[in-house]
Amino acid sequence: MRRMKKAGKKMAVLCAAAVIGAMTVMTGCGAAAESDTIKIGAVVPLTGDVPALGESAKNGYSLAVDTVNAGGGVLGKQVEIIFEDDENQPSKAPTAAQKLIAQDKVAGILGATNSKCSIPMGPVCTENKVPMVSPTSTNTKVTLEGGDYVFRVCFIDPFQGEALANFAKDKLGADTAAVLYNMADDYSKGLAEAYMESFQAAGGTVVASESYNTGDSDFNAQLTNIKETHPDVLVMTDFYSTVGLIAKQARSIGIEAAFLGGDGWDSADLVTIGGDAMEGAYYSVFYASDDTSDAVVDFKEAYRKKYDGKEPDGYAALSYDAAMVLMNSIEKAGSTDSEAVRDALEATDLNVVSGHITFDENRNPVKPAIICTIKDGKAVYYTTVEPK
Amino acid sequence: MVTFIQQMINGLSQGSVYALIAVGYTMVYGIIKMVNFAHGDVFMVGSFLGLLAVTHLNLSFVPALLFAMAGTALVGIVIERAAYKPLRDSQPITLFITAIAVSMLLQNLVKVKFLAGPNPHSFPAILPVENYQIGSVFFSAIQIIVFLVAVILGIVLQFIVGKTKAGYAMRVVSYDKDAAALMGINVNRTITVTFALGSALAGAAGILVGIMYPRLEPTMGIMPGMKCFVAAVLGGIGSIPGAILGGIIIGLTETLTKAYISSNLSDAITFSLLIITLLIRPAGLLGRKAFEKV
Repeated sequence: MRRMKKAGKKMAVLCAAAVIGAMTVMTGCGAAAESDTIKIGAVVPLTGDVPALGESAKNGYSLAVDTVNAGGGVLGKQVEIIFEDDENQPSKAPTAAQKLIAQDKVAGILGATNSKCSIPMGPVCTENKVPMVSPTSTNTKVTLEGGDYVFRVCFIDPFQGEALANFAKDKLGADTAAVLYNMADDYSKGLAEAYMESFQAAGGTVVASESYNTGDSDFNAQLTNIKETHPDVLVMTDFYSTVGLIAKQARSIGIEAAFLGGDGWDSADLVTIGGDAMEGAYYSVFYASDDTSDAVVDFKEAYRKKYDGKEPDGYAALSYDAAMVLMNSIEKAGSTDSEAVRDALEATDLNVVSGHITFDENRNPVKPAIICTIKDGKAVYYTTVEPK
Repeated sequence: MVTFIQQMINGLSQGSVYALIAVGYTMVYGIIKMVNFAHGDVFMVGSFLGLLAVTHLNLSFVPALLFAMAGTALVGIVIERAAYKPLRDSQPITLFITAIAVSMLLQNLVKVKFLAGPNPHSFPAILPVENYQIGSVFFSAIQIIVFLVAVILGIVLQFIVGKTKAGYAMRVVSYDKDAAALMGINVNRTITVTFALGSALAGAAGILVGIMYPRLEPTMGIMPGMKCFVAAVLGGIGSIPGAILGGIIIGLTETLTKAYISSNLSDAITFSLLIITLLIRPAGLLGRKAFEKV
């Protein structure tokens, strides 16, 4: 019995050695095969609190890569995209980027989707000199703190806040506004601050500013305080899943103000959770899905074809654009040399789905905001606010 | 003044949910002197079972509530039999660590793709969404129903524990396990019944929360679980009326802090209550002082 046990132990050691050996050989093979394709990485919130946005982003990236590959790829090679999940948690995004850079040796990184993840991820990319293009992170800090290698294809929060404030003042005739935001989320807080500043500059009064924490589900205390101030508009700068809950509670305690929000609302699940309370609410987005330009129509058709008739949202469109901008820059740079790709990114001058893209000195694009409204449970185009 | 009344209503409706969860904590502690940290996750499982009952079995509110309660009672029994019973006579710290493991296990089981998946789910509106107004104080039908269900379940529980044979056995076992066994009481069965009852209450709270705040996710039990632990300690751990009182106090404190001080501080103040209680009145508001047996 004892001998058998010993023999078993020896076997186990041998097996372990064999497995480790095999793994080394396999990684060796991987490194040799690398030159056939160009690898790019993508950091996406596939799980966590905003998985609908993550799925849209993933679909947008995949469609862009498929389109480019079908047209012959980049620098004559096929493009391979590697997805990493950041769970929409700031602590996970830098690790995901680190893995893509060190292990997969990617030529560039797409993402992250949300600002709170892009802010800690940017410095990792700049330190390793790997270009990063975020599709939808609107907080100013993303490119400012991220450094020279961080770009984005969406407008930034000060502009979005200003667009919303001017829209509320001019189009809705609002004089007073209440703001409710998530103090633990850079995007939510940044957009709320930008809105308040612009609304006051435009002559409006912010009568209430309340906050809550990630994961809270009861907002009645804050909403009761807001109700006291009788605001014309209630601005909620969080994502669709939380906004749906807040909107429901706000209407049930009798707040009659118009609801206003940013790009984080842009998901069909907004109405699934918020129900009737969302009716007549306004929010700003990156691109108008009912636009009839060729770029938008072609994109929508390709998207529907690839994803069984699913309609693309703003996140899918911007993610598609981010991937296109990155692949275009690798082509222009003539190699995957990171410095050359970075310089090519800076010189981008490209027509994409969400309009024409050039970058300013802070690596942010200059483009208009689209305001949508919820009508009969669906988001429809309302108006466009141009940058001043 | 109107605002203050409105805030009290907000706090009470939040507090009644906490009370339901806290009662389960307190019952389990009372009988085997163990803090069941997986209790918050049983509450989460209750939410998802309620969702299953409503969306896949097409049940209405009351059958769905009973389904969720029966389901979580079963989960409670399985947890007790599989994880806690074999360790009943070991160090308290061993049980405590096991409870944390069970909590992680439940969260990650629900996270599995073919069960619920990691993504938040929305709860369909199965109760009337009408809102009522008295003067300028608003409250919703859901808030009243949640409050009523909490009160009814509290009374039923008090009856079971105080007037029935099973309840009598529970009280005896909680007083002295060994003596109870000598008197012919089936200790194992009594402990299992206690777990089933406590878990069923958490299941009821789960479905009520699902209806009130329709966003279900596998991690939704963590914070309420912790806060209700504070509620149970505040009320006097081991005391059922204490747990209900503690739950309501926590709900009110949280709401009033958010309303009149700052929402940044609401969790900090809730958890300071735990420290203050332990310093000033370790037995809690309604708890009996425990004497060391010599």
